[in-house]
Amino acid sequence: MKAPSFAYARPGTLAEAFDLLERHGEGARILAGGQSLIPSLNMRLSSPELLVDITGLAGLSGIESLPKGLRIGALVTHAQIERSPEVKRHAPLLAQAAPHIAHPAIRNRGTLGGSLALADPAAEYPACAVALDATLVIAGKKGERRVKAGAFFKGLFETDLRPGEILAAAEFPPADKAVFVELARRHGDYAIIGLAGTQAASRKRFVFLGAGATPILAVNASKASSLEEAREVLGKDLDPPADLYHSSATKLHLARVLLERAWNKL
Amino acid sequence: MEQALDTTMTVNGSPVRRRIPARQHLVDFLREELGLTGSHIGCEHGVCGACTVRVDGDIVRGCLMLAVQANGCKVDTIEGLSDSGELEALQKAFHERNALQCGFCTPGMLMAAQDLVLQKARCSREEIKRHISGNYCRCTGYQAIVDAIEQVLNGQG
Repeated sequence: MKAPSFAYARPGTLAEAFDLLERHGEGARILAGGQSLIPSLNMRLSSPELLVDITGLAGLSGIESLPKGLRIGALVTHAQIERSPEVKRHAPLLAQAAPHIAHPAIRNRGTLGGSLALADPAAEYPACAVALDATLVIAGKKGERRVKAGAFFKGLFETDLRPGEILAAAEFPPADKAVFVELARRHGDYAIIGLAGTQAASRKRFVFLGAGATPILAVNASKASSLEEAREVLGKDLDPPADLYHSSATKLHLARVLLERAWNKL
Repeated sequence: MEQALDTTMTVNGSPVRRRIPARQHLVDFLREELGLTGSHIGCEHGVCGACTVRVDGDIVRGCLMLAVQANGCKVDTIEGLSDSGELEALQKAFHERNALQCGFCTPGMLMAAQDLVLQKARCSREEIKRHISGNYCRCTGYQAIVDAIEQVLNGQG
């Protein structure tokens, strides 16, 4: 279908963007890469009065090395993450995850910030952000605030972002080792279940996607001292919701398969 | 009143200036305003890949981009790439390998395949399949399409 009618603005500064968001309140939606928002408009699942296209804003793009880790601007696309030597070196988890996101034509436009701000429970970056203990940088009219990824994802498509705020960047601390694995029926489809695993200072973190309303940190499996123990206690960490094709038990089984693959690579 | 915006872009090398409604998708603009009907409209929500076009050198979904977002951009469609001869090898291989039946997906498939040809000199069948995983074909079963792309990339198949 075609999108419903809406107005469109492409502000040149953050101040203009905040002003538009404030004036239009709930009628305004932020447009970045549009690879989730535009389908939802086409299917008439959403009908905003105004799209605020933030792709003209300076300061939301670019990949920058920090003393410890990497800062990636919200407007950096999946394709840029996939090809970036800095990401490969300093945040290899993201470099491994990016090729799993949809297809090349979509990765050329979809953005890191869009994916994090939408908080689709089947998306790759939210799980990576939690696994790496990333910090999200949020710009608002009154200034900037910073939120840990673990506290940012609050529910199904629900985040800590308040009305009028714009996700500006994410900062990813380094990990000693990282592995991303997911299972999908066809490459690029939404994952049946996926896993972002990291190891830093000999502490493991296993974070699942497609296993609940938000990325799920498998607390018990992450603390386990052997693979057998981790597989066993994963049942306490996850109660994945069934989808059209896979029961909850099947998804838990597949989560254990991924856990084993990830464990052997960390 | 529907909002429309003055928009300029270069389509297949020619400058275009139009007043475009905010809600119009790039592929609808190309088809309905410019008569470039080679880019097809299938699913209209980014799943099928029939509307694949190139914006500033990168392939994108024509149904997941607003035409006004292409303001200042260079847009290339199947017509442009075909007329310039850029797709000659792929078109010949698709023909020889019977890589199409109804042809509805072919423009998008060629745009995606050419993107791979520009990126890589050689490629495994698995990489080819991944690259075209976002383009649906409901006739061929894909094998002949992969054969054709492989013939161009690796000079075999």
